[in-house]
Order: sequence, then C-alpha cells, then structure tokens
Amino acid sequence: MSEKKPVDTRHRAVRDVVRHVSFDEPAVFEKSVPGRRGTRITPPGRSLPDPGAWLPEAMIRKSPPGLPELSENEAVRHWVRLSSWNFCIDHGFYPLGSCTMKYNPKVNEAAARMEGMARLHPYAPESGAQGALELMWSLERALACICGFDAFTLQPAAGAQGELTALMMIRAHHRAQGNPRSKVLIPDTAHGTNPASAALNGYRSVAVESGEQGILLAGDVAKVMDEEVAAVMITNPNTLGLFEREIRQVARVVHEKGGLVFGDGANLNALMGRVKPGEVGIDVMQLNLHKTFSTPHGGGGPGSGPVGCVEKLTPYLPVPRIVRDEDGSFHLDEKMPGTIGRVRSFYGNFGMLVRAWTYILAVGRSGLGDVSGMSVLNANYLMTLLGGLFHRPYDGTPMHEFVLTDKKLKKETGVQTMDVAKRLLDLGYHPPTVYFPLVVQGALMIEPTETETPETLEAFAGALERIVREAGEDPEVLHEAPHATRLGRLDDTLAARRPVLRWTPGDEEDGNAS
Amino acid sequence: MYTPHTDEDIRRMLERIGVGSVDELFARAVPGEMLTSGGFEDVPEAMDLASLIKTMRALSDRNTASCIGSCFAGGGAYAHLVHPAVDQIISRSEFLTAYTPYQAEVSQGTLQAVFEFQTMVAELLGTQVANASMYDGASAAAEAALMARRVTKRNKVLVSEALHPEYRHVIRTYLAGLAPEGVEEVLTIGYAKDTGATDTVALAGRLGDDVAAVVVGYPNVFGVVEDLTSIAKAAHDAGALLVTATAEPVSLGILEAPAVLGADIPTAEGQALGLPVSFGGPGVGLFGCSKKKARHMPGRLVGRTVDTRGKNGYVLTLAMREQHIRRERATSNICTNQGLCALAVTVHLSLLGPEGLREQALMSAANAHALRERIAALDGFEDVFDGPFFNEFAIRSKRVPVADLIEGLAERRLLAGPALGRWYPELANVLLVSTTECLCTQDMDALVAALREVGR
Repeated sequence: MSEKKPVDTRHRAVRDVVRHVSFDEPAVFEKSVPGRRGTRITPPGRSLPDPGAWLPEAMIRKSPPGLPELSENEAVRHWVRLSSWNFCIDHGFYPLGSCTMKYNPKVNEAAARMEGMARLHPYAPESGAQGALELMWSLERALACICGFDAFTLQPAAGAQGELTALMMIRAHHRAQGNPRSKVLIPDTAHGTNPASAALNGYRSVAVESGEQGILLAGDVAKVMDEEVAAVMITNPNTLGLFEREIRQVARVVHEKGGLVFGDGANLNALMGRVKPGEVGIDVMQLNLHKTFSTPHGGGGPGSGPVGCVEKLTPYLPVPRIVRDEDGSFHLDEKMPGTIGRVRSFYGNFGMLVRAWTYILAVGRSGLGDVSGMSVLNANYLMTLLGGLFHRPYDGTPMHEFVLTDKKLKKETGVQTMDVAKRLLDLGYHPPTVYFPLVVQGALMIEPTETETPETLEAFAGALERIVREAGEDPEVLHEAPHATRLGRLDDTLAARRPVLRWTPGDEEDGNAS
Repeated sequence: MYTPHTDEDIRRMLERIGVGSVDELFARAVPGEMLTSGGFEDVPEAMDLASLIKTMRALSDRNTASCIGSCFAGGGAYAHLVHPAVDQIISRSEFLTAYTPYQAEVSQGTLQAVFEFQTMVAELLGTQVANASMYDGASAAAEAALMARRVTKRNKVLVSEALHPEYRHVIRTYLAGLAPEGVEEVLTIGYAKDTGATDTVALAGRLGDDVAAVVVGYPNVFGVVEDLTSIAKAAHDAGALLVTATAEPVSLGILEAPAVLGADIPTAEGQALGLPVSFGGPGVGLFGCSKKKARHMPGRLVGRTVDTRGKNGYVLTLAMREQHIRRERATSNICTNQGLCALAVTVHLSLLGPEGLREQALMSAANAHALRERIAALDGFEDVFDGPFFNEFAIRSKRVPVADLIEGLAERRLLAGPALGRWYPELANVLLVSTTECLCTQDMDALVAALREVGR
C-alpha cells in the first residue's frame, strides 16, 4: 500500500457534502436588554392597579420571573436562526426506523388552524361543538374499521400514554374477573415503553425471546403462559420489520389461559388497508396518529395515541365517550360504570385529531392499501439496492422497515454503526434508528415510508455505498464525522456527569465560543 | 394520495426486487389467511383537495360556540392573547417536521429551544430545574404524585377537592393500578364553603406518616388562590411533599412562584401561554423540582455540553431515568414531550418578557375583579366564595337554571363556564366566569347586560 500521510481529515471529508446553514446564536437570555418589549399588552392610557388590591402580600411575586426582554424582531430572528440548525422531513430523507417519518401534508395544518377548530373552548355547550364531536366520532369509527375493532378512545396524548391506557383496561378487565393478575409477557424486540407501561400498572415484565427467524413462537409463549399472565404485548410487524406469522397461535395460547393480547400499533403503517389487527387475535391496541396518520412529530410531540379494542373491553374505555343520538346529534357521556377513568384533561389532543381526519379524507377508503403497499415496496426496494453492503441478521421478507448491522463493516474496517449514522448527516440524510432493537448488535433500522420516490431511495443507497467505500479507504473520515454540521459529536458523558439543565446569569455565551 | 409512485416506478422497482406485483410481495411477508377480506365502509372515499377543504370548513363552521365573540370560559383552558409570531415560528418545517432530537448535531434548534423552555419554566415555578414538558397539566400532576411516592417511599396521596376535578380524576386513574386490591390510596380533602380554599383543618387531621403528597390547585378550580405557605408547612411537618397544579399559568405573572412558597413539585398547564384552546388539546404540562430530586423526575431533559471541537451544544441527558434504558424500572413510561407546544410557550414568553406577562396577569385580574362586583350587584346573582382570587370566580344564579343561562349567553355570542354543578352537587346553580386581558369594557358590558336579561 502506498503511504497515505495526508493532509487533514476534514479537508478530505468535506468534498461533496451538504453544507448546513449556520448562524451563531446565543441563548435567548443573553440577548435580553432591560426595558425592551416585544408585545404591547396594556392599552395606552390605561393604568394598572397594584395586585395588593386583591391579594395578601405573601401571595404576590417579589421578583419577576427571569424571562428575556427582546424586541419582536430580535425574538423572531432568534427562533428562525435556531430553526436553521434542525434537520426535518421537509429538508430531506428521514428513514428513522419505527418512527414512520412520512410527509406531513400541509392541508392538515390549514384544517387544524380553522377558527372553529382552534378557537373552540372545551367547555363550550355541546350544541355549539357539533362539528368537533362529529369529527371525533367519525374518526373513532374509521379507526375501528381500519383496525377491526369495536370501539376507540381518542383521549391518550401519545403512543406511550395509549399503551398505559390499554394496560389499565386490561387490568380492569381481569379485576372484573376476580384477579387482576401479576405478569405481562414482553418479547425481547419490544419498545422500552412496553415494560415501563406494564410497571405503572403494577405488572411484572417477563421477557420472551423471539425465535431464530426473528419472530415470536407460540411454543415459547406457551412455556411461560399461565393464569397469572394478564397479557402479552406484541408489536406487529415487529421491530425487525417482520410480520409475526404465529400471531393467531400466540393469541390462542394466551386466550386459553384467560390472558389478553395487547398490540403495539407503532407499525400499523405496514398493515393499513390489508391486515386488520382485530381479525388476527389482538384485543386492544394503541395507535400513533403522528406515525401512520401523518400528523407532524413537532420535534417530539404533540402526538396522539388512540386506543381501540374488541367488544369485551369497551366498558373499560376512558371517559368521556362520544355518543350519537337518534336525531344525529352528538354528546359526551361521562357515566360509564366500568371505565378506568381518564388519563388527561378534556378529550385528547384535538388538534392532532383534526389533522388525522383530514389525512384520512385525502387518502380515502381505496387509498389505505396503497399506503401500506408502497411503504412495503419502498423498504424492499431499498433493501434490494443495498444488496450485501451490510450484514442482515434475519432473513425473511421485511415489511415497512428492515434491520441491518455493522457486523461485516466493523470486522473489515473498524467502522461502526454510529460512524455510519454521523457520516450520513454530512451527506444530507437523517440517519436510520441506531442500536435498536436491542437484540441486534449495532443495528441500523431503516424505514423509508411510502411518501418517498425511488430516486430518493437510489440516492440514499448511493450515499451508503460511498460510506462503505470510505470505510475501506479512509476510516478516519468516518470516525470523526460529522464534518459538515454546525457542531461535531457532542459529549453525552459530560452532559450526564455534570448536568447543566438551565441557563443561569453569568453563563458563558452559547454558540459563539469558536 | 401522498404516494409518489407512477406505474412505471412500481414496475421498475418490482422488477429489481424480483417479484411480480405488490400483492405478491405482501404474500411473501404475510400469510394469506391474515389478509382482511375488506369492509372499510366507515372510511369515506378519497376527496379532491377543494372538496376536502370545503368539508373541513363545514365541520369547523358547525362549531358555532368557538370564541369568535367574547370568551369568559375557563376551567383549565383560557383564550389569552397569542402573539401571531408564535404560530409563524412553530409552523416552520424545521421545527414542525423534525423528530425527537436523537441526532444532536442536526437538532440543535430543538435542543436549545428546550433548554430555554426548561429555564423559563423553572423561573415561573421558582424551581431549580424543570423538565422538557409533560402531556398536559392533569397528567403532569399525576406524574408528580407518582414521583412523590418514589421520593418519600409512602403511598397515600391527599388531593384537595378544590383541585380541578378532571385533574383529580387523572391522578386517581394513574394511581389505580399500583394500589393493592380494595385499598384507596388517593383521598380527598374538602374545601371551606366560605372561602373556596382547601380546608386546612381537615388536611391537618388526615396528614400522617403514610402520606406521600398533598396536591392542591394554585389557583384552584374556583379561581381561589390557596394559602400555599400554611399548606406546605402542614405537609412538610408530616414528611409529605407538596404538589401544586396551576391550570392558569398567566397567574404566575403576579402570584408568588409556588416553589418559593414551599411547593416541592410544582406543575402547570401551559396552554394559556401561547396556545389556542383547541377544544382542550394539545396543551403542555410544566413540571419542576429541586436539583436533588431531579433523578426521580419523569420526562425528557436537555442539558448543555460541548462537542469534539469544544463548542457548546445541547443533548438529551440523564436518560438513565427513562424507559428506553431502564425499561420497567423507569421513572415513567413517557417517551417524548409535547415538543412543539413547549416551543410555542417558549416563543410566546420570549415575546412577552417579564413585564408583558405581569401586565397580562394584572389586566386579567383587574377585569375579573371589576366584573365580579358588577355581576354580584345584579338582581338574581350572588357571590359564592370570598377567598382571594386571580382571574376566575364562581357566581350563583338564584333564579334561572345555569343551563338556561349558558344557552342565553350563547345566543348572544358569549361564552362562560363551566357550570360547577357538573362536578359539585352543592354548587348546582353556580357558573364559573373567567377573564383575560383580551376583554375590553364593551365585552364586559355585553356580558353584564346579557346576564341581566337572562338571569332574572
């Protein structure tokens, strides 16, 4: 080999990369100047009384909260600059496995902002909220129809809260049978929220290993199934992107002992319009409207996690329920004797429900199967394009996502999954989900979604090919990636060892350091 | 509708994969007997864009009670001023269509915004730290009760009857699965019928070494400002923590920060700080505590650190508390925060500043105090409570049933409420009235005139 004694890594690394916009911008508090205002609140000429007129001295704030003082221009500039440091779906491909980062249609946003939606008070008289109630009722029915369930609640604020709600319903059901039971079976491929939701209901998690094919086997479930098991929690397709082929047999094993089958609906996008979870043995399931039904992720919420169930669990659904009267009008019913109660105030993340309903109307009955069809086609096409570039731990035709590992790459070049992920940032892509599911070492979990074109998938495959090539030729470029982003890799250990969780006066300026 | 594939695309892709059709591809992945035979009659047929907009507009228009007129409704959702810049900023794709900031190098916008949010929330609540937000005020209060149980290793939670009933209901629901069969771990402490504040005598009588937390509203559901100092003292003397729930966060512009008065885990609903009422959601839960208790705290946290080049930056941190690492031993099952809503609050507060928030609070309170006096002077109405209040008060209709009152107001494009009888049988004919800085003299004249006409 010729001696490569090179110039610096960064110089080589930044050829043909994507340059990220980068204005420096300090913490908003550092831009504050006493006396500056961004909003006029008080009408000119109106004098404001002293709060001592109404409140005892002890209840009155002694020093104002340390909020920044900015002009509107300075505030807006701060937020726009910060926004420029984010990568988002509208920038480019975002194949984050299990998160379903599909395009978020703009008409959904317009609908949620209509006056009658955004400015409707939750305690408005029902007669003046018929549009909202009809929308929610229709959405419940449509989701029930898509999933093969009898009823839905739209109340949970996120998928994890939906899981929690479903487990509360499971507990209520068993309690009504005389024994709430003590255990929940959870496959080793499950999301971390599953065991945490079980624990919040007083259930102990029992892990079940998936079989060699990466799916759960009814025989394995039977070995640990007994009358203390309240439920099994199954994600289908699972986090390896594989359909749980034995789901009906698993359900039979669980049902025979009086247990219930919880479905984690995170991956409904692969099934919509083709498989109804309620028809293959699932008793209760949460959905993530921010995945399958295209509502935006918002940098981590708000989501929405409706829960659907089979008939025998409907008495336990949270209140209020939406009821349609004989005359076609709608009302809210708080009086359901078996209900678990409520998991949040009011009725749910209504703004997200408006977006999801708008999406369903745009896609329509005959478009449902297209969503799952094209998401599975895209995943399989991308996997085919990648050929043997990366090691794939499980065979079997994947559905909407597939999992690769760094096994081969690491052995040949020393380059690991994290390096690949960070280099993808340089090339203008959001990385896949990494190091999950936990059962796969060095996992790269790739979910393209149905809203991407084949050209995008081909370009992404090209980027991964380039990375593998670089790994062989010049691994340093990868170990030190990213090079083109505003910041390099961040020190997580330092953050956890010496937590700085808020700005305090006298802090060094952020972002202007170099 | 949103799939870009042309017939030619599909043909080319299938050929490359080596399969004849999409259905055939599905058949490889899913056993045939699992496929549904159809039946999607409750899903409407697809709409063209114009019809779609028309349909949504028609639904929106049927919400005739939306606050296009004047809004005097409260009870945990408030129509305060929202600066138009807030919606412009949170509508930016960079914030709207990003995921949870796992890849810190390309998520610094979201991460720094959350860091600033945590700082502002800590300032409002008077705590050392605050998390990246919870789902809403009610679930934040429930998570605080759970946290108090972890910190104190005790089980009972005493909840004030004057705490918003839906918040109480959520706390009961959250804790139900953890109690032994037949044991009630959430107990209610009544309120004083004259002041509308928590009955501190009853509270003192029930406190003991089995109590993890006392939970009160601040202000409470009647709009009354609780005497946190004495409640905190009683709780602390018994070794319990004080959890406060502020459903109307604008109050914190003039009210003393709850932690300063002794709240150990102050929580709040942030909707009034930059979000529309939106039929009750999405909102955003605010949650703070001391540094010492931070490792017991639920929810996401953002911390400051440095990158490989020594530049300051932000990351998600202290994940050891969280479900994806600790699984069943996590502090909560919460997976994300209310990202975009937390951003809205942060943008809004950056535009208001401390003085803007104070003026908003003062105007809201001044409007409420002037209005209560005028309504109580009307024939057919009387005050219900005499405790100090912020921008919300209870008023009893002596002659006309409250449902008729609400209907009469609605006919005049006015909205007040909720009616407290829905939760409190002893307050059967009592209406909650709430004010914001958005209401002017004419709005209040209109409400008084309407009540005069309808209420006698």
